[in-house]
Amino acid sequence: MRQSVKFLRDGEVVELDNVDPNETLLDYLRLREGSCGTKEGCGEGDCGACSVAIGSLKDGKLEYQAVNSCIQLLGMMDGKEIITVDDLSDSSQARRSGELHPVQDAMLRHHGSQCGFCTPGIVMSLFTLYHAEIEADRNTINDQLAGNLCRCTGYRPIIDAALESCTGKAEDRFREDAKARTTKLNELDDKEDLFIGNEAKFFAAPASTETLASLYEKHPDAVIVAGATDVGLWITKQLRDLPKIIHIGRVTELQNIIDNKGEIIIGAGVTYAHAKETLATIDPDVAEIIRRIGSTQVRASGTIGGNIANGSPIGDSPPLLIALNARLTLQKGTQSREIDLENFFIDYGKQDRKEGEFVSKIRVPKLAENEVFRSYKISKRFDQDISALLAAFRLTLDNSKITQARIAYGGMAGTPKRAELTQKALIGIDLNAPETWENAVQTLEQDFTPLSDMRASADYRMEAAKGLLIKALHEISNGKVDQQGKQTRVIGARANDVREAV
Amino acid sequence: MLHKSPVTSTSTATVGKDNKHDSAERHIKGTALYIDDIREPQGTLHLAPGYAQATCGKIKNLDLSAVRSAPGVVAVLTAKDIPGVNDCSPAMGDDMILADGHILFHGQVVFAVVATSHLEARKAARLAKIEIEETPPMVTVEDGLEKDASVLPPYEFLTGSPDEIIKSSPNQIVDSFHIGGQEHFYLEGQIAMAIPGDDGEMLVHSSTQHPTEVQHTIAKMLGIQDAAVVCECRRMGGAFGGKESQAAQWAALSALAAYVTGRPAKMRLDRDDDMIMTGKRHDQACHWQAGYDDQGKLTAVNVEFNSRCGCSADLSLGVNDRTMFHADNSYYYPASRILSRRVMTNTVSNTAFRGFGGPQGMVFSERMMDAIAIKLGMDPLDVRKINFYGDEGRDVTPFGMKVQDNILDELVSKLENTSDYRNRRKEIDAFNKKSPFLKKGLALNPVKFGISFTLKHLNQAGALVHVYTDGSVQVNHGGTEMGQGLYTKVAQVVAEEFGIDLDHVRITATKTDKVPNTAPTAASSGSDMNGMAAKRAAETIKERLIELASKLYQVDKEAISFAHNKVKVGEQEIAFAELTQQAFLERVSLSSTGYYATPHITWDRETKDGRPFLYFAYGACCAEVTIDTLTGEMKVDRVDILHDVGKSLNPAIDIGQIEGGFVQGMGWLTTEELVYDDQGRLRTHAPSTYKIPTASDIPEDFRVKLWKSNGNREDTIYRSKAVGEPPVMLATAIFSAVTNAIASLSPGQVPQINTPATPENILRSVQDMKKRDRKAGA
Repeated sequence: MRQSVKFLRDGEVVELDNVDPNETLLDYLRLREGSCGTKEGCGEGDCGACSVAIGSLKDGKLEYQAVNSCIQLLGMMDGKEIITVDDLSDSSQARRSGELHPVQDAMLRHHGSQCGFCTPGIVMSLFTLYHAEIEADRNTINDQLAGNLCRCTGYRPIIDAALESCTGKAEDRFREDAKARTTKLNELDDKEDLFIGNEAKFFAAPASTETLASLYEKHPDAVIVAGATDVGLWITKQLRDLPKIIHIGRVTELQNIIDNKGEIIIGAGVTYAHAKETLATIDPDVAEIIRRIGSTQVRASGTIGGNIANGSPIGDSPPLLIALNARLTLQKGTQSREIDLENFFIDYGKQDRKEGEFVSKIRVPKLAENEVFRSYKISKRFDQDISALLAAFRLTLDNSKITQARIAYGGMAGTPKRAELTQKALIGIDLNAPETWENAVQTLEQDFTPLSDMRASADYRMEAAKGLLIKALHEISNGKVDQQGKQTRVIGARANDVREAV
Repeated sequence: MLHKSPVTSTSTATVGKDNKHDSAERHIKGTALYIDDIREPQGTLHLAPGYAQATCGKIKNLDLSAVRSAPGVVAVLTAKDIPGVNDCSPAMGDDMILADGHILFHGQVVFAVVATSHLEARKAARLAKIEIEETPPMVTVEDGLEKDASVLPPYEFLTGSPDEIIKSSPNQIVDSFHIGGQEHFYLEGQIAMAIPGDDGEMLVHSSTQHPTEVQHTIAKMLGIQDAAVVCECRRMGGAFGGKESQAAQWAALSALAAYVTGRPAKMRLDRDDDMIMTGKRHDQACHWQAGYDDQGKLTAVNVEFNSRCGCSADLSLGVNDRTMFHADNSYYYPASRILSRRVMTNTVSNTAFRGFGGPQGMVFSERMMDAIAIKLGMDPLDVRKINFYGDEGRDVTPFGMKVQDNILDELVSKLENTSDYRNRRKEIDAFNKKSPFLKKGLALNPVKFGISFTLKHLNQAGALVHVYTDGSVQVNHGGTEMGQGLYTKVAQVVAEEFGIDLDHVRITATKTDKVPNTAPTAASSGSDMNGMAAKRAAETIKERLIELASKLYQVDKEAISFAHNKVKVGEQEIAFAELTQQAFLERVSLSSTGYYATPHITWDRETKDGRPFLYFAYGACCAEVTIDTLTGEMKVDRVDILHDVGKSLNPAIDIGQIEGGFVQGMGWLTTEELVYDDQGRLRTHAPSTYKIPTASDIPEDFRVKLWKSNGNREDTIYRSKAVGEPPVMLATAIFSAVTNAIASLSPGQVPQINTPATPENILRSVQDMKKRDRKAGA
């Protein structure tokens, strides 16, 4: 068992044995290191001013991802490389080279900064895009920047800088010595359980499910942290003291994604970023919903398991997964059980999780030949917003007749919930006869009594929920969307899907 | 999407060029120092504010014992600790630094914790027990109106007899709508650091647009002379008006902590505290009626703005006056009544925000144009054009100033062509006929924005220029840098004057001991005023150098000129640095102040007479949107902008101001919604709930061009025009395009819609239209 956190900074290993379980990465950078290039804008992982790049090995290859350092715990950095804006041009190495990084150079030439406060975060976000080694188009850049708010420029010059600099090939000094960095990261991956502190106050990052299970059984009052995109805010906003933290990011078994014939199995530690590609094979709408969860930074650290386990009524993935009839595996000690995901959510803030029990994996069935799927998210802002409501529809069709319906909504009740009566009302409906839809649409009023809050009023939620059902039926009946004059969405148009033509 | 400079004067070497922001390289490297990045002096303490959970009422009991005994706490400040005047208001004396006896809104600071770390201070601040004898709060404008509560008396412009004319006009329209507020969301929150010095002196680093006001507030609070306080601001991480008056409280609290403890003290507001405790753009309930002829030409306008000012006056006088000054936008009102009520509510005191009330005035006038067009079945652009200011007889504003520099006919025609407005109108009509759920809308809206502070005495600026013997130059002026590129523009002006390269000019932090008695950096006037002051300072030194060279080299003064880091003296050339050396040896001063007071401003608020503005800035925007009538979602598809900056001092920076201002205005009118609960508590106090535009919200097709100008007709700095605020109001075209899209559902019916056009507001309006359409059809 290791009693220190180790990570790479400026190419060198840093080892710390004094890590408070609640210490954030941003505080470490600014207060301990005195590296003040990275800024705090909101302290809740929403504005991106604190973005830094985290290097880690994915299938043996060095990968850089932007994260919000304000809500990442320092202990979670174990085994990773941390690159901040200071490293690009103000570290000892950068000073020696004297050159600007290509993304910095492009930002400079395109007048991409005004007040400059968001700029370091934007530079780091673009740094990771640069290292993705793809020819970035406008949509990719929009996605990459969704978690970097800029209040001055209106983004155009930043987008131009990204278009110009992120063209597919990384040729910076980080790429040049990627091999050395990879070797060092491999060395840091010692498969040892990490535990800093004492029985009353600790940061732990077990390396196996067994240690995780036994540690959590012993300390059921500990807080399990996967990506900290929620727990981070308990610390920075609620100012809670969380004396016992168990981080699951180093448990290899929980990082697996298994793509079987009829289902996809996702480990609880898999981030949205890593799950997206596989889940996208279920339906393009699944990909679009995941694209719109949080920001690039949030998806790089946040996990589907975490989104479920924290039981948020506004979580975007649960309604989607409930409509897909996903099942959840919960583990306690050496025992595990499997339940339907929808039964996990008992009430607002209450889940079917026993003391010492943790979510280990999620099984997501794929669609059958005669099933179609639609999902929509409604929020005030398209990107990086929490949904006012989210709807997911899975319909089984016999030609143009609906034979089965599985519909789930988020934001319409205290928990993500199925529209039981509406499902029934849909059975037997002919998609070719829109005049027969109205009854089912109105039935939503019997299924839900939504609440009003700062995101939307109860009335709006209900009216939009109906609108989305109409939209789904309309799209499916059309088979093809985006036909001339039949475009049905202002953003996120689906690719034509001939299979669904009725 | 690269922009080429359309305005390049042949007579200038530095002015008019796309020079980079002076801090651009430091921004992208992360080495630009904001206040929180300055190395703290040893022993620096940290503050956090404490407030009650209630909204308003008498403080019955304030139990701070748990706060005082919390870890790391060094002191807890309350109103009793203030030796001088407990006020941080800009003028009226009605904003307490720390509440004393009563609270007036949720989030009002009751005490401040001083601790050895930021986190300890924040944690301790939550341990207070504050008992309030609550009184029911006035939350909305309507609540305030009902109780006849106001922070300032109403103010009115009246020309002709609008009511009678409206009655006798061929057509009349009556309408009400609500104009939403806006949070600044500067990325760098409010912050200050105070360092106590000799003999009670205080140095305060403040992220402020108004260092002089911070200096005065602190001096008054501590009961010391202004001369004992220095306020410094190198740069702000955004401000947008939010740090004009409302940066003072945090600087004052830092200084109070430094005074009480004798140690340096820093106060950085957490984002939620910042959003809860600082004011926003004024939201307004707007009721209006108008008369017009069958061609859409206005006969008379009667409008009232009921403005939610919050709990105190702050800058509400100027802000709401400007709503009135811009209630005409670009249109001639033959007769008008423009009334503004400054309503008091138990909410945070609303304050300056880019546009300073102007956007609210203009969004009204644009809604009026849309409504008339819908009623008459005309293209809204034709209604706009027919109402533009014109020649003699149609050139007087409702406040009596003549519009003499109007270029809107030409500018709007140009944009109409380059945006392909008429063809796209046809395409959109065709799309809307075929598309069942999605509807498109198009609008082309003008902007005319008055430049100058409407408070006359603020139209003055000072600068201080030092030339060193090596030929390098240091410039200081009263303006502050918040990202707008003011420092760069002023440095360009000085480099131009001395004929030296821009990198020989170093611009330093704004500091009240270098240039005193400054105006806030606001009203878009930063480069107009400080550029001119710096030019005059440079001219003074240049004149001395010319005199010297003339004497030393025995040539006429007229034969001496400055360019390319050299001074041409008759037939010979000497290095600029050589002449400055000579000046030192010959005992000629190389330092000078410069001063500028904006000319021709004669506005008298009492008599409502005179000229409030030196000139107007113009622009226009064409916007196309698509709305989803099932969900209310909206996407901006394309935006074309043509904007007038006179002869640009720096086209790259000006384009940046236009694009950024437009997007900020777009946010105000679309996704940015402030939600208060029935107790007046702000529910949207973080970026998780308050949504400013992000990269994907800007139009995919975004074309921004500068108007090819022959220069400002007024003698402004290099004939440029101010650019900070006017572009915000270009975004009214988005709101008009949304209105246009909804109106397609039921021709002839004016959609009821408030700003911002959130999905919810759009869907409500759509459903209302459908209902009205059914009724009309029945």
